[in-house]
Amino acid sequence: MRASSLFQAYSRTLLITTFILTISNAHADTRIRTPKHAVWQQECSACHIAYPPQLLSAPSWRAIMNGLDQHFGTDARIDQQAHADILRFLEKNAGSGELSTSAKPPLRITETRWFIHEHSEELPADIWTRPEIKSPANCMACHSGADRGDYSEAGLRLPQNLNIEED
Amino acid sequence: MRLIITTAITALFSLAAQAETPVDFQNRFATQAQQENPAFTGFSVERGKQWYASTHGREWSCASCHSSNPAAPGQHATTGKVIGPLAPAANPERFTRADKVEKWFKRNCNDVLGRPCTAQEKGDVLSYLLTIR
Ligand code: HEC
Ligand code: HEC
Ligand code: HEC
Repeated sequence: MRASSLFQAYSRTLLITTFILTISNAHADTRIRTPKHAVWQQECSACHIAYPPQLLSAPSWRAIMNGLDQHFGTDARIDQQAHADILRFLEKNAGSGELSTSAKPPLRITETRWFIHEHSEELPADIWTRPEIKSPANCMACHSGADRGDYSEAGLRLPQNLNIEED
Repeated sequence: MRLIITTAITALFSLAAQAETPVDFQNRFATQAQQENPAFTGFSVERGKQWYASTHGREWSCASCHSSNPAAPGQHATTGKVIGPLAPAANPERFTRADKVEKWFKRNCNDVLGRPCTAQEKGDVLSYLLTIR
């Protein structure tokens, strides 16, 4: 009994922390905590990390899930059951509407105002096309713990010849 | 009582796992190949090897993501994510689950060839992968 109420308090704190960190994230030890979901984890982490649902809005996730047959140049179709299951999970844990750049929901986290703001100041513009990075969507290239939701400064691994300005 | 539970768990586990071996897949592809083409004469390792490395006049080959050496880890051509080796000798999980094998042949054949693979092609490439140690 005591253990379960402790757990509830813990999850509530996690939820609130996640919300604050995702929206404002002024912290150096940012963690994005996502509830466990086996089907999503398995299906959406085969070709890249399972991107945290908090980083896009529900309309964006709906648009992405509607286009899995031509998903960024690749075929990512899944069966109906898994599709419905994952969409429900993404909608439930989606971030706020502030994540959009325009009236049209963005299909990429890396095109949201939030992402651009978070990554423009300290990084040189040519960083995204360097061969060891390949793409801004390759979070793991710089955030070594991204697959665990760890975006802390301690987990940051930038290319060696790159110095970022401290703020 | 404990025995019953253990037996039940074992039964459940083997049901959930649906484990098969790469050779089971090879046999199934042979049956399908025969149905697709009555003149089917068997699989060819050499043909599978060339097919694996070919871009078929398009952008990608199997090697683009699974490495030119299927015993080594590959890297997704767009995202850079590391993909475990495709050869069963190097990665015992490969070709043990029908749903997984079907799903990825469907997707990857579409990406590489722009059409589904034939049973002949699947059998050739699997025969090649099985020669890799
Ligand atoms: C068959 C491979 C594959 C699967 C499976 C897959 N994706 Fe992707 N995804 C990609 C590729 C390729 C890109 C483009 C990456 C790039 O531009 O670097 C991408 C990009 C994305 C992006 C945009 C990243 C950004 O901000 O630029 C999102 C969001 C995304 N995928 C969500 C999903 C979800 C949700 C699932 C599960 C339903 C999924 N993906 C499954 C291949 C896949
Ligand atoms: C080229 C390297 C690079 C790539 C690729 C990259 N980031 Fe970052 N990211 C950074 C840097 C540098 C910072 C700023 C670090 C800081 O201020 O502590 C940052 C900051 C962040 C933060 C805020 C951390 C904090 O403590 O405030 C989050 C969250 C984040 N990135 C998520 C992502 C996600 C999600 C992706 C992939 C879709 C991604 N990043 C791709 C380099 C990168
Ligand atoms: C664009 C990248 C890409 C290309 C090109 C590609 N694959 Fe894959 N393949 C993947 C990914 C990602 C997975 C799933 C990740 C994993 O299982 O480690 C996968 C999984 C598989 C599997 C599942 C095996 C199992 O039992 O686990 C098979 C079979 C397969 N690929 C065959 C092929 C063949 C044959 C080709 C060439 C026609 C090919 N792939 C081309 C990315 C690719």
